[in-house]
This record gives sequence, C-alpha cells and structure tokens, in this order.
Amino acid sequence: MSEPKGTSEPKGMLSRRELFRLSAVAAGAGILAGCDVAGGGGNAGGQGSGEGKIKALFMQQAAYSEADIRNMTADFQKANPKIQVEPTFVAYDALHDKIVAAAPAGTYDVVLIDVIWPAEFGTKKIVTEVSGDVPAAWQSGMLGGALTTAKYQGRFYGVPWILDTKYLFANTELLGRAGVDPVSLSTWDGVLAAARALKDKRVIEYPLLWSWKQVEALICDYTQLVGAFGGKFLADDGRAVAFNTGGGLAALEFMRRTLDEKLTNPNSLESVEDDVRKVFSEGGAAMAINWTYMVSAADDTANSKVAGKVAVLPTPSGPSGGPGVNGSMALSVTSGSRNQKAAWRYVSYLTSAEVQNKYAKNSLPCWAASYDDRKVVEANPKVVPVAKKQLASLIERPQVPRYNEISQLLQAEIQNALLGRKSPRQALDDAAAQAKPLVA
Amino acid sequence: MRYRVFIHAAALFASVVILAPFGWLAYSSLVGQSDLLARPLRWWPERVTLDRYREIFSADQGAAALFRDAVVNSFLVASGTVVISLVVGILGGYAVARLRFPLRRTTLLAFLVTYMLPPISLIIPLYLLMARFGLLDTRTGLIVVYCSLATPFTLWTMSNFFATLPVELEEAARVDGCTRLGALVRVILPLARPGIVATGLFAFLLCWDEFLYALIFTSTGNAKTIPVAIAEFTGRNAVDFGLIAAGGVLAALPPVLIALVFQRYLIGGLSTGSLKG
Amino acid sequence: MSEAARGVSEAGHRVKTSRSGSARLAYALLLPAAVLVFGVVLYPAGRALVISFYDVNSPFPGAYPFLGLANYAAVLSDGRVWTAAGHTLYFTVVSTAAELVFGMGLALLLAAPLKLRWLFRSIVILPWALPTIVNGAMWRLILNAEYGVLNAVLTQLGLADGYRSWLGSDPFVALNMVVAADVWKNTSLVAFFLLAGLSTIPRELYEAARVDGAGAVRSFLRITLPLLVPTVAIVLVLRTIEAFKVFDIVYVMTGGGPASGTQTITFFTYLQAFSSQRFSVGSALAYLTVLAVLALAMVYLRLLRQRST
Repeated sequence: MSEPKGTSEPKGMLSRRELFRLSAVAAGAGILAGCDVAGGGGNAGGQGSGEGKIKALFMQQAAYSEADIRNMTADFQKANPKIQVEPTFVAYDALHDKIVAAAPAGTYDVVLIDVIWPAEFGTKKIVTEVSGDVPAAWQSGMLGGALTTAKYQGRFYGVPWILDTKYLFANTELLGRAGVDPVSLSTWDGVLAAARALKDKRVIEYPLLWSWKQVEALICDYTQLVGAFGGKFLADDGRAVAFNTGGGLAALEFMRRTLDEKLTNPNSLESVEDDVRKVFSEGGAAMAINWTYMVSAADDTANSKVAGKVAVLPTPSGPSGGPGVNGSMALSVTSGSRNQKAAWRYVSYLTSAEVQNKYAKNSLPCWAASYDDRKVVEANPKVVPVAKKQLASLIERPQVPRYNEISQLLQAEIQNALLGRKSPRQALDDAAAQAKPLVA
Repeated sequence: MRYRVFIHAAALFASVVILAPFGWLAYSSLVGQSDLLARPLRWWPERVTLDRYREIFSADQGAAALFRDAVVNSFLVASGTVVISLVVGILGGYAVARLRFPLRRTTLLAFLVTYMLPPISLIIPLYLLMARFGLLDTRTGLIVVYCSLATPFTLWTMSNFFATLPVELEEAARVDGCTRLGALVRVILPLARPGIVATGLFAFLLCWDEFLYALIFTSTGNAKTIPVAIAEFTGRNAVDFGLIAAGGVLAALPPVLIALVFQRYLIGGLSTGSLKG
Repeated sequence: MSEAARGVSEAGHRVKTSRSGSARLAYALLLPAAVLVFGVVLYPAGRALVISFYDVNSPFPGAYPFLGLANYAAVLSDGRVWTAAGHTLYFTVVSTAAELVFGMGLALLLAAPLKLRWLFRSIVILPWALPTIVNGAMWRLILNAEYGVLNAVLTQLGLADGYRSWLGSDPFVALNMVVAADVWKNTSLVAFFLLAGLSTIPRELYEAARVDGAGAVRSFLRITLPLLVPTVAIVLVLRTIEAFKVFDIVYVMTGGGPASGTQTITFFTYLQAFSSQRFSVGSALAYLTVLAVLALAMVYLRLLRQRST
C-alpha cells in the first residue's frame, strides 16, 4: 500500500489508534442511522384522484409480449385520456427483487406478481388487498385455477391475468419411429415406457428433457410430479412440511429414476424453460413439459426444426391424477401507490375478458367463458382443447409468506438427490428439517 | 536464439488463448442459427449474416432498442463519473500527498474501507435515499452512486502519483507567485498526465462493469446500463445465441477501444500511481 | 524511493506555510471527495449496521424486534453460510493464485524483446476491458452442454468421448469453470500491474547479476521476485477484495447451482436479503464479509512486509 512521506507509522497497517478512529466514525454513522431504525422515507400510499400518471412493472418473458402490453396500454389510454400509464419491463429473474426494493418508495403503482408471492407480499403489505373491489361476478366467471392465483388466506391481493401451466410436448416424428402412440402418454408410466422404447430403438439418446436448473423452474417441474403422485407440500393445517413422505418422495424418486435409466438428458440440471424450448425445437428431445408459450414457438418454422410435428398433451397422470402446476400471475396495486384508484382501473382493464380474448395468442384468458369464444379457440387451436381439461385441476406450490426460502432449500436438496449426492429420502428429509421453522 | 523462439512461441500461444473466446463470440454473432446449433459443429458456416446487428440498430422498441439506449446510458454515466471522480480525486489526492493535517491516514483509510463494503448491504437504504431525491432510474442517480465507488480509488492512486513528483517544481512556481492551486493546475497536472489517464481508464471500466446497483436502481431505457441489458438479453433469448453474442460484441466494443487507445499510459500510470510512493 | 528523494520531500514539507493553514486547505480540498463518498455510503452503511441488530423482514420502516447479536450467531451457525464461505475461499485462493502465476508469465513476455510487441500488448489488454457480464454470458455459450464450442472442439479432437455438461453435472466442475472464466478475464489486469512493477526495477541490477554469472532463472528468483513483492501485495489485496465480493459472474453463469455448488457469500447474501427479505441476516452477513476481507488484507500485508525486510 501507499505511504505518503513524513509519517513514522508502520506502512499499510492499521494502528490501534486508527482502528479506534474508524470505529468512532462507524459508530457515528450508526447513531445517525439509528434515529430511524429501519426507517426513513416509507411512503404511505393513497387512493389518489383516479387521474394522472401511474407506473406499471411487467416482465419480458413468456406470456404476453412487450408489444402486446404496449398495445393494450395504448387502448386503455384512449379510453381513459386522463390517466397516463408508463409500463416498465424487467426480466422475470429481477421482478421479485425490483418489487421489494421499490416498495417503500412507491415507485410502481401496478406490479405483476407470480402465484408464489401473494402470501409474502400480502402479509408484508407490499401490495394492497383488493377483496372488497373484486366483483362477485368475477369470482364465478374466472376459472378455479386462476382465481387462487392472487389469493392468500381467503383474501385477494390482485387480479389473475396470466393463466399458465405446464403441458406435455411430444415430437411425433420421433415417437413414430419408435412406434409409440401419443395416446399412451396420458400417464407417467406411459411416458416412461415410451422413453424406454425410444432409447432401446436408438431413436434418441435421451428422450426426456426438463427444466431442472437450480431455480424456481425446478420446483415447477417437481410440483407437477408431486401432484401426479398424490403428494403434498404442507400438512393440512399448513403448519408442518409433508413433501418428504408419500407422493412428494415418490415424485423425486421418479425424477431420479429417469436419470439413472439414462432416459432424462443430464443437461436438464442446467436447463431452464427456454433451454428446453430450444433443444426440443432442434429435435433434441422427444418429450418435455413446458408452459403454453412453447406451443407457438415450437411450431414456428423460422425458429424450429420440428414445426408441424409437435403434439401438445395434458400433463400425464400418476396414481393420483394429473394436475398441472399453477404457473399463473396476477396484477396487483402496490400499497405505496399514491394513485391507487387509477391503478385499479388499469388493472381492471387489462384483466377484462375482452382484452384477454383479444391477445389470447400468447397467453390464455383467465375467464371460463373465453374458452368457448371462437376467436380464442382459433388463435390457439392446439392448446385450447387441452387447456380446458388441464386448467380445471391445478396444483399450488405452498402458499406461505416464507415460500422463497423453502423453495431455495428444496432446489438445493432436490439437486443433491438428482446428482446422486444424497438419496431422495435423505435429501427431502434434510430439506424438511430446514424448512420446518419456516412454516410454523 | 532459442530464447527468442521460445518467447515468440509463448506469446503466440497466449494470444490464441486470449483471442479464441473473443473470436468465437464475434463468429457466433455473424453466422446463421443453424451453423451454431449443428452437431457435429461445422467450422465453415453456411450462412453469414449481419441481421442481428441490423436488428439491434433498427428496432424501435423491445430488447434490441433497449440495448441501444443502454450503450448510450453506459457511456454517459461512465464518462460523467470519470470526470467528477477524477476532479475530486485529484483535489483530495493532492491534499493527502502534499499537505499535513490531523487524521490524514485515517481519512485515507476511511475512503479505502468503503471500497470493501459489498454493495448488497447498502442497496436498500440507498434505494430509499435515491427515491427521496428523485434519482431512481436516472443517469444522474447512477453517476452519484458510481462516484462513491470510483472516488476512493481515484483519490488513492492520484495521491500516490503526486507523491512521486518532485516538490521543487511546485515550489519554483510558487516562488514565481503561483498559489498552491495554481501550481497544482499549471505544474503538477501536466506532469501527472499518464497517471490521470490510467486512473480515468480504471474508473471508466469500473462503471462500465457495474451490475448490481444498476440492476436495482434502473428500470427503463432512461438509465438501464449495458450489463443490465445484457443480463436481460441472455435470460430471455436463450434461443438465439447469435443475438446474445452480437449484444456482447457491441457491449465490449467501447471499453475495448478506449483501453486500446489509452493503453500506452497504463504502464506508466500503474507503476507510479499504485506501486510507488 | 531513494534516501535522497526522501530527504528532498522532507525538505518540501518544511517549506510549507503555517500548519493550521495547510490543514484548512487540506480539508477544503478533501471536502468534495468526502461529500461524494461518505454522503452516499455513510448513511446506508450505518443503517445496514443498525438493521443487522434487529429482525427486519420487510423493506418498510417500522418497529422491528431488537435481536442484538442473534443474527450474527444465526449466520455463523448456518451450514449454508460455511459452505458458501468455502466456495468463496476456494474461488478467491485459486483464481488469485492462477492470475498471479499466469499474470507473471504474461508480464515477463510483455517485457521481453518481442517483435510486434505493441500488438501483443493490445491483445493482452482485451479481456480486462470485456465487461464481466459479457464475459459470463460468453463462457456460458462456450460451455453450453448441447451446442457449446468447447464440447465440439474436445470431441472432434478426440479428447472427449462426447458432449458433457460443464455447468450442471458436477458442482465442483462448475465452480472451476466459474474460476476459469474469472481467471481468463482478470489475468490481463494482473499482468499489467506486474509489468508496471517490472518497469520500476533498475536494469543495472540485472547487468550486475549477469557479470556475476547468474542465469535468467537465478536473476528472476534473486532480483525480480523480491523486488516485485510490493506489487504482488497490491495485486493480492485488490484481487482478494474483488474475489470476495464475486457476484456478477455467478449470477450470469450458474445462478449458484448445481446443488448450490457455485453459491458464494455475496450470492447467498443477495438471496437472503432480496429473495427472502431477511434484511437483517443479509446485513449481518455483509458485515462479517467486510471483517473477513479486512483481516485477510492485513494478514497479507503483514506477511509480505516481514518477508521483504
């Protein structure tokens, strides 16, 4: 380190005196900051006049495209000239943290929230409760799976907007070469048998591909299997973990078995949904589960080599049926918003059946009646019939305020099991032990 | 003779190791999607295209347009930070190098300790402060934050640099009637040019590189910087490797050019600025 | 700095105007920098310290329970923290060591009488200028299990049986890949630091050694290395601080996986603070990290100073 001339202190070392001075400065800063413990600058929101500027936070990933949302917003402003909306787009990975960081400042009036966040955002009062504003007609008009998206302990914290679950996609050409009938893929046993046939006949080295990277996507795939094997994340009273027994364990054992039998591509452990979409579109996988957006992507001749050879099927059933994972998202009004009235109008507009029907190409509507709307069906001839069946039964990831922590624990332990570093039972027991204090 | 062959062979090998990944990035941005995804990989592309660059430069909204804004933002933020942190770093560095005052070393250390704080720990309180002053999602806000990152560094290196310059010249100027500051500007600064340029280069790259603050403090094309745009790019466009590569090439171009232009100052600046003194 | 020069600069100090006047000027000159740095950092740093003693679990102001040092105790008894600390330490030690070794090689080459030296110098500076996020994204493309060029090269040269996963199959392999990407980028900077250090070594020393019959290796060990110790110290401290804070490249390349094998302390802190909204735990972790960095920096400097005297 440097040493200006003329001092006799040893070079580059903190003397005791300097340490003392530094800590005095730090203590001073502490006292200064301690005046408001976690405080300073929290903005209480307000209803506002119902006019003026609002800011909305969206993601740029699957579902509605940025262009779709900008068009919807333009239409809204035409109908409501006194409200100006400024939409903002961030990656899904940054969405949660952006909402949290912006909450005390009230930067955004409307935020898009994932189905796993209402418990957290609701109890921490980051978003407002809207139970009183939701008309009764909505509650009967929306699909059951959608309705729970923004609900926690009987209260609504937003309005469902993106309704999604994972479907089974199959490459019919590869299946045909192995003599597998897509109809047999209605159960996970059928999928396993098909995968073995594909492997034995050397049609493809690894028939199955999943989104098993250590992120939320892994839990989505796991959840889908937990549902099929009749497992539960939490005990019925919601105060104990239950994923380490019964169906929860069977689901992980199933995942591990497909790896052990070399039916699942080991690269699944570094893949997220978009990697799955890419490999599948290149013909590198025979079967995969993924969100609705893969339907149009895999059938797009410009970006896919398997266009026209894609079968979209309901998620396969296990011993306990075949519920799809609830991967929906909702629009919420933030507590920090000073213009909640205008924000609510915007939310109501975007979630209305007319708007959702109009943009059904990239994201299916939340409204039951929409699935009989000719335009919606025509926009998505492949998915709507499957969706109708699938969306009736969805399985939720645990609805608890500390979900993210549980999810992180689970992701790590599930990967431990998938990599063969622990037995599935051991991995889930370890996860359960760590998760226990988080649900109590 | 054998020595000369050896050093040239070694330099060639090092160059290949350094250039190969770069070359692959540039190549990926220019060839067709099917060439990139072929297995086994073809080494001679079937299709060469500038489409991705065209897309980035012509799109009027979406990721590609954001990317263009981000280059501009990064440039303005980095330049602004360099200018400000250099000016205050020169003033403060001069004081540390040439003047005696109580708590001198403590002051310098206090500056350096701030450099060790992980941004994570400061980000939420900082967010509130910035919200209070209306600095969120503005380039000004980022410049303020980045100045706090770059200034300890500029102050430290400039003080070392000044300490190596002979005092006599300055004194001669003061005998001729210059004030201290006059002497600083007229005598010291011209002599310190390599150090100033090298320090500025460091500060520039520091800003161009910063990710976490930019991720949380910016949200639109008003202020999003290149690292944020690239991270979003890679998250979303897993399908088109070529587009990610093109974004990467464009994001790397400005700092690489600047580093190449100013590299001759770097050795001189580094050797006196941070090593001597 | 030679004794003569030191004498001159001492003399320089003596010429100064009155002591208090110089102090006033010094404070005035330091004021802008202090405002810029401490104005931004001090309040958040102080708040983070205060927060670390409470149980703050939402971003809002309010009355949170006071926990004293409980967060620090919780952090220190959390197995995941120690695992992440292990990864951080491994990352720091291996990447810094590799950067020093390769950087030394590059610095010696840069100082050697090469033809086209300017070109080689320009090439070596490139990785340093490449933004970390781009570097991470670049290596992710290269290492991609399905379509990556590394797999293609290894397979086509017959060095590997087939394509394999670099970032998903084995936590230790993935960690080493992150280290490799970091080394590739930062060796460049280390090389320039060492080159700058080399340029301060007087040529006469080498000539004298040659007269005494010392070979290249011996003069490297006897002259170059000892005289480079101060440079090495600076590089060590700078790289250690940076490596300890490593976040961006993990965020882009692996997201902490597989099986948390690339989760570093800052990445874990980030998850705790933001994803889990455990701001107090995150702040406690951050302060413990600062303490560790500070301690490491002091140990380095002390060791190197002892060796050099």
